[in-house]
Amino acid sequence: MGSKVLRAFITLAFVVMFNFFLFRMLPGDPIGLYARGRNQDPEQLVELRRALNKPLLEQFITYLRNPFDSTIDSTRFSRPVWEMIGERVWPTLLLLGTAILLASLIGIWIGIRAGWKPGGRFDRMSTGTTLILYSMPEFWLGMMLLIVFSVGAFGIPGMFPVGGISSPGVDTSGPMGWLNVLWHLVLPCTTLVLIYLADYALVMRASLIDERKQEYLTLARAKGLRDTMVRKRHAVPNALLPTVTLIFLSLGFVVTGAITVETVFSWPGLGLLTYEALRGPDIPLLQAIFLMFSIAVIVANLIAELLYVVFDPRVRS
Amino acid sequence: MTGVVILAIFIATAILAPILIPDAALDVTKADGGRFEGPSFSYPLGTDESGRSILLLLAWGTRISLTVGIAATIISMVLGTAFGIAAGHFRGAGSHALVGVTDWFLVIPFLPLAIVLATVLGPSTTNLIIVIGITSWAGTARLIRAQTLSIEGRPYLERSKALGAGNWYQMSRHVLPNVFPLVLANTTLTVAIVILSETTLSFLGLGDPQAPSWGALLDRAFSSGAVSRGAWWYVLPPGICVVLVVLAFTLVGRAMERIVDPRRAS
Repeated sequence: MGSKVLRAFITLAFVVMFNFFLFRMLPGDPIGLYARGRNQDPEQLVELRRALNKPLLEQFITYLRNPFDSTIDSTRFSRPVWEMIGERVWPTLLLLGTAILLASLIGIWIGIRAGWKPGGRFDRMSTGTTLILYSMPEFWLGMMLLIVFSVGAFGIPGMFPVGGISSPGVDTSGPMGWLNVLWHLVLPCTTLVLIYLADYALVMRASLIDERKQEYLTLARAKGLRDTMVRKRHAVPNALLPTVTLIFLSLGFVVTGAITVETVFSWPGLGLLTYEALRGPDIPLLQAIFLMFSIAVIVANLIAELLYVVFDPRVRS
Repeated sequence: MTGVVILAIFIATAILAPILIPDAALDVTKADGGRFEGPSFSYPLGTDESGRSILLLLAWGTRISLTVGIAATIISMVLGTAFGIAAGHFRGAGSHALVGVTDWFLVIPFLPLAIVLATVLGPSTTNLIIVIGITSWAGTARLIRAQTLSIEGRPYLERSKALGAGNWYQMSRHVLPNVFPLVLANTTLTVAIVILSETTLSFLGLGDPQAPSWGALLDRAFSSGAVSRGAWWYVLPPGICVVLVVLAFTLVGRAMERIVDPRRAS
């Protein structure tokens, strides 16, 4: 277990180094990057230039001392970068958490039904649908859902809000406010759930198909166990393991979906912040967000690896 | 089979586009349709915010999306295969380093990394191809490495080493021809992923702003408020094209996988 944590740490170390050195390795004027298309106070520019003239290693050590330095300001919003990130974390967690939970439940259910009777009608229908969902750009699905269900098209009236996390003037701390947030949550969450469940369903199906070939299931049937019980008590719990691991490992993919979907629905989370940072480009903000996402994914991968050892005694050496 | 037919249609469109469509179709100053007009006889897919025909833009977009897709895939496959074979063939510190690099690229989430790279390099089609190539090779590398390891265990490779074959000879003359079918199948699947990546990056504004790739069309649709106007003819077609092409490549790729390695058939 120690070696896994060590590897995660090394990966993180490389992320920090990459983050720092990439923007300084460029030819041309780094001040230009920072101040692109913006009127910068000339004194600030002189300060920045003096700081950047220090030897690279000294700058790196300063950075390392506190990568979460609260004095690093976003160049676009003139506020501390990590403060902005802190504000936007909860909406993203709400959106992604709900989406992953629903997508797991539905995806696994579909995968089980399809995988238990491969080649059957349900399998063919669901595999076709999931393949199509898998080929879809998630933001396009979001835009289409917006047009149909929010603006109203093809005869369907618009019933959902066009974006944001709550309607203006609504107090989100009370139960009525929560309902309002929930109403806003429906469309972006649906978009993400549809995209994520495709992946989970395909993996669960493949995993169950592999599991069905195992000999211990033949024994269970020979004992007289009903098909449903064979499935529920034996096959599924074992086939579930790779799927659950994959759900953790696919956090990278989840993050990608979050960025574009939050943009389409103006959901005020980290994804939308990334899009806004892109517009500048706001380099300090982008660096911080990259670091944030990488940490989240590295930690999730670590948890997946550790959980796998816990649940599958066969891999313990 | 369906996949191949779909691909044929799109590739034909991409090749014929410059012949059939006048350059004026892309020019904003020469646009003569109304803004955000719905589908009509003269504009089968309606018009965009500047009055250009969406159908023609879409056809041009085919060229760009497919070109970027194939170019980035070539970079990704070359890198991935090279890393994969090398990582599987060599032992010791070199192999550990190669595997480490591969794992790093696998762990880091794709979009944030691509955004950082694209921002630093600047918005252009070439940079987009480079960025996607750099961020996509790791999956192939891992697959090829596993395959290389299994090939290296075979007796004829041992015999070849005993006869004095050098590293380069072994890798290029023995390993490479044997992994090649897998590489081919994986390439097709990679194109699918790459096209989705290109669409996403263009949507975020990281590609050439002039080029009407499908992702860029969606970006323009979004930024110009097509959604709030309910202009579904602007949003639906580019997306459907992406879905069709990606689906086609995925189907063909999976069929090839089944031929190459029946055990992996899903």
